[in-house]
Amino acid sequence: MSYAKPLPVPDVETRPFWDGCREGKLLLQRCTDCGHKRFPPTHFCPNCRSAGQEWVESSGHGRVFSWIVVRHPVPRDIYAGEVPYVVALVTLDEGVRIATNIIGCAPEAVTADMPVRVTFREATPEITLPLFEPAPAS
Amino acid sequence: MYSLRDKYAIAGIGCTAFSKNSGRTVRSLASEASLAAINDAGLKVADVDGFVSFNFNDSVPAISVATEIGVPDVRYANDFLSGGNAANMIVLTAAAVIEAGLAETVVCYRAMNGRSGFRLGGGRDLSAHGITQFTAPFGWITYPQAMAMWCRRHMIEYGTTAEQLGEIAVTFRGNAVDNPRAMQREPITLDDYMASRMIVDPFRMLDICLETDGACAVVVTKAERARDLRHKPVYIAGGAYGGGPNQGEDLFDALRWPDHSHNYAKYIADDLWRSAGMGPADIDMAQIYDCFTYSVLMQLEGLGFCKEGEGGSFIGGGRIARDGPLPLNTHGGLLSEGYIHGLNHVLEAVQQLRGDAGPRQVPGVETCLTTAGAMTCGSAMVLRS
Ligand SMILES: [Zn+2]
Repeated sequence: MSYAKPLPVPDVETRPFWDGCREGKLLLQRCTDCGHKRFPPTHFCPNCRSAGQEWVESSGHGRVFSWIVVRHPVPRDIYAGEVPYVVALVTLDEGVRIATNIIGCAPEAVTADMPVRVTFREATPEITLPLFEPAPAS
Repeated sequence: MYSLRDKYAIAGIGCTAFSKNSGRTVRSLASEASLAAINDAGLKVADVDGFVSFNFNDSVPAISVATEIGVPDVRYANDFLSGGNAANMIVLTAAAVIEAGLAETVVCYRAMNGRSGFRLGGGRDLSAHGITQFTAPFGWITYPQAMAMWCRRHMIEYGTTAEQLGEIAVTFRGNAVDNPRAMQREPITLDDYMASRMIVDPFRMLDICLETDGACAVVVTKAERARDLRHKPVYIAGGAYGGGPNQGEDLFDALRWPDHSHNYAKYIADDLWRSAGMGPADIDMAQIYDCFTYSVLMQLEGLGFCKEGEGGSFIGGGRIARDGPLPLNTHGGLLSEGYIHGLNHVLEAVQQLRGDAGPRQVPGVETCLTTAGAMTCGSAMVLRS
């Protein structure tokens, strides 16, 4: 069965992130000049304008910053069987924010600042998505 | 900072019917609204020499409108690739263009088949290129879904409630009852609001604006020239456009926005009020960008009408009703009049300031705030009679 939901199109800046997900690692960029960690990927460091960067593995732990529960599917043909689902902004322990789905609990169980940890779900042989599930407080 | 206080004015306004299925080209809607605005000003097509518009790849270039209505000498035309954030910025741009001598009389328009054609509410590029690769794969696709994330944050921080959002929806619908342009004129109650279908929690159907086919246009020219035209000029007292740091890679992207319980408004407030030489206490009424109920709260807070986090209680008790101390969205807003991407708010402001709003006229209006935008960037103006 083909995967119908939107798939990331990795580009020259983002490919290491998606390669990392496929290998079960949540990778962030770190500036080699000032140490600032950033996400989503960019060529220049917004803190010091350096183009020097390396990829470092996130702890994979964070907290729910905000969330929504999608009940009306858009587009209907793709998401009719998925609702209700939770989309969240998670603030990782490293301080950056990432959009994701919260799985492994009822939508009603999601709360502000809830501790969560990354879990990976393969969408296609090339793309694995970083999702999050409830975690014991770290 | 906008430094042209009261030097430019809106001399004419025009619009098409607002519908779900215009059966017309977007170009012809833009042309109809532009002609109506030119006529309303008491000008001839040959008097117009500039156009400014904005679109989301869902409209037509300004030169095509100028061509259709036969403008003999187009000195300036600019199409911003923008969302509702630009609906006031294009009017400020028109003033700047005239001040620079690039044109003398500028038509600003927004035209769209927003329901029967390209639906902004229908979701984004599903191929997930660019910044979208970090949002769409998680089923985070539509603007209601984007804005609901902001609203939840305000609820977390400040305890904002569904009933408070409902008060906004009910009030604006009540205003639309008296507006023949409005697409939704049936009154609703708070019970109706609470019972409306949950689309993307915390947003119900009645938190979300309409999708509209239609167009609006305004004519901007020098104040002294406007004084010789048909209507009492509506002066552009002040304005601002922007949104501070981390506005993101497109209008949806707010991954790096510092605090989702506040939007662009708090970042432009100082420029706005200083440019107009006024403050919130000087404002008689406001037309606030209401793509969603919640966006009204962030703008009232950000522009200083109340303290941060207090928007929910501020709008209660009839304060924003037509007979209250701060009437809002007297036309019904994007929620009930229609979604011409915020330019319809400017039309309503002009009608109110002219004293020309019929049964929904608020007596004694001398100043009206208009705003445009809901998330990381936006624009606002202070208009006065
Ligand atoms: Zn750096």
